[in-house]
Amino acid sequence: MAELKKEPVDATPNVSAVETVDVATEAEAVAAIDAPVSQGEPILQVRNLVKHFPLTQGILFKKQIGAVKAVDGISFDLYAGETLGIVGESGCGKSTVAKLLMTLERATAGEVFYKGQDITKLSGRALKAVRRNIQMVFQDPYTSLNPRMTVGDIIGETFEIHPEVAPKGDRRRRVQDLLDVVGLNPEYINRYPHQFSGGQRQRIGIARGLALNPEIIICDEPVSALDVSVQAQVINLMEKLQDEFNLSYVFIAHDLSIVRHISDRVGVMYLGKMAEIGTDTQIYDHPTHPYTQALLSAVPVPDPSAREGRDRIILTGDVPSPANPPSGCRFRTRCWKAEERCATEEPLLAIPERFVAGSTPATHESACHFAEERDVVHAA
Amino acid sequence: MLLEVRDLHVEFHTREGVAKAVNGVNYSVAEGETLAVLGESGSGKSVTAQAIMGILDMPPGKIAGGEILFKDQDLLKLKPEERRRIRGQEMAMIFQDALSSLNPVLTVGQQLGEMFVVHRGMSRKDARTKAVELMDRVRIPAAKERVGQYPHQFSGGMRQRIMIAMAMALEPSLIIADEPTTALDVTVQAQVMELLAELQRELNTGLILITHDLGVVADVADKIAVMYAGRIVETAPVHDIYKAPAHPYTKGLLQSIPRLDQKGRELYAIKGLPPNLTRIPPGCAFNPRCPMARDVCRSDVPPLYEVDERRRSACHFWKETLDAR
Repeated sequence: MAELKKEPVDATPNVSAVETVDVATEAEAVAAIDAPVSQGEPILQVRNLVKHFPLTQGILFKKQIGAVKAVDGISFDLYAGETLGIVGESGCGKSTVAKLLMTLERATAGEVFYKGQDITKLSGRALKAVRRNIQMVFQDPYTSLNPRMTVGDIIGETFEIHPEVAPKGDRRRRVQDLLDVVGLNPEYINRYPHQFSGGQRQRIGIARGLALNPEIIICDEPVSALDVSVQAQVINLMEKLQDEFNLSYVFIAHDLSIVRHISDRVGVMYLGKMAEIGTDTQIYDHPTHPYTQALLSAVPVPDPSAREGRDRIILTGDVPSPANPPSGCRFRTRCWKAEERCATEEPLLAIPERFVAGSTPATHESACHFAEERDVVHAA
Repeated sequence: MLLEVRDLHVEFHTREGVAKAVNGVNYSVAEGETLAVLGESGSGKSVTAQAIMGILDMPPGKIAGGEILFKDQDLLKLKPEERRRIRGQEMAMIFQDALSSLNPVLTVGQQLGEMFVVHRGMSRKDARTKAVELMDRVRIPAAKERVGQYPHQFSGGMRQRIMIAMAMALEPSLIIADEPTTALDVTVQAQVMELLAELQRELNTGLILITHDLGVVADVADKIAVMYAGRIVETAPVHDIYKAPAHPYTKGLLQSIPRLDQKGRELYAIKGLPPNLTRIPPGCAFNPRCPMARDVCRSDVPPLYEVDERRRSACHFWKETLDAR
């Protein structure tokens, strides 16, 4: 079957915008972006990132009456070759973070440094180079693949936009290689998405994410739509690919067990803020923030003998609206430790004072005035 | 026994052929007992539930055989009117997606009250009072004010509480909950599951919990039926199955989920995909994916072997599965 002929309309967007940028600095930026980063160095540094979605009233004379504070000042680092898990309930802003890192949304404030370049301020050629290096795998393998395109076109389309990665004559072979890498039969190149199962479709999504040899892949709930027995296949594939291509993952999910399994470090988000961040052992075995403790204790463990032995914290109420978050600590409305101080003084994300001196697993960043270690995962 | 499903067969007639969604399922639930039906999509767990409730789409669905005994009465032999009386009053269902199972143009009060108007012949006014009572009972704050609100004005957890209130309204003796917490966040899931368990204890209701989440099952179930390709492959009391599964599929499932309380090794992945229901492999349906499969598995359908008094496994080699840990 002949490849679908498509006009490469989007191949060179914003030509005029490119010319307005100072050529020397842009070339420098591109060079910096393409430079390699050694293992263990920070590849992405997020500083005070903010995204507010305006709430407007009126049709003709729109006026802003408020804002949904989806992401409200979060900072973290992603190191080369590691997996950073981000967990939190729906509405906590974790998917908005993914979009900001992908520059699919423009940040309201704050910076995202990729190899020293602030990607929130880049445009033109430099931005395009960043986008090639940061790719995404989406949650729903049913809606994130165009049903009218063949698998070959879906994966090959990336080369239309970034032609420098693969010359025209070579693309079909490249796509077949990619299919092979993710464990699909390369002969399936002319099939359509509906001919595949959910797990196979997610493999196609992963192949598309890999096509441009990126350094970072943002995974937004990549396995939550899949059946249990298929989830394990996809997770194992992602781990294998990480080793093979030295990828860094930002792994966003609400399933805390899967996040622990795949992550080196984990950040816990609540209402647009980072509540606690640390290594997987620090967060899961030695959590100090009450929200993390409540979240972990709510996860049912597949072991009936742990039913009685575990410390269960059942939170009351729902997550407050991000358009009108509580003052001070955002978790205080559902927290059993909340005192007056929590309403007036916002706790900062830092190593709590009482743990600074020691070097126990409790010594990690936690945004709580009354941070305290509590094991909620293991049966007593 | 409150409910007994015997050798149930359900087929769907599609363009691609006959899809055998349920192939001889047997299970039972006693009063106050929680049976968890565990399976992946396409295993037939929801179709069985729909057949019990009598809400299967027919056609394309067709009950091709078997009995569903509810309080010693075969539901499949009842007239539609008699079925309707039992449904809602004696057995009720909670669905996964509360937003699409509630009517968006009626207030929650109207929908809750409707139960009492239709089944108990109450006046609208009394029904509304009842609705407020129910909302209080499932701990929806400010029930009196919120009874006149529409489903979209409630959060996901609150909507699921309304579904539970609706199911519990007429104090049925059997409740079927089909993935009741799958769409909810973990903290809300914990709240909802606790509420469900509490009401169940209070009313001594039999509960069939349909889920794919091994964690939820371990938390609430008394016994488990694991389904694969329209058959039950293993049934057992909940403690036994987690300690030592007697079917390779159950074993694979348990090994393929990561644990919260320990950093895992590489996950065990069951190879391949669940079968197409129009072309279920001969012999044991799991044989193409099974690490233990031998010739007999490809030719003979395994019956449900008796492992012990309360356990059954549909594996020719259940003994070896049990021993090889």
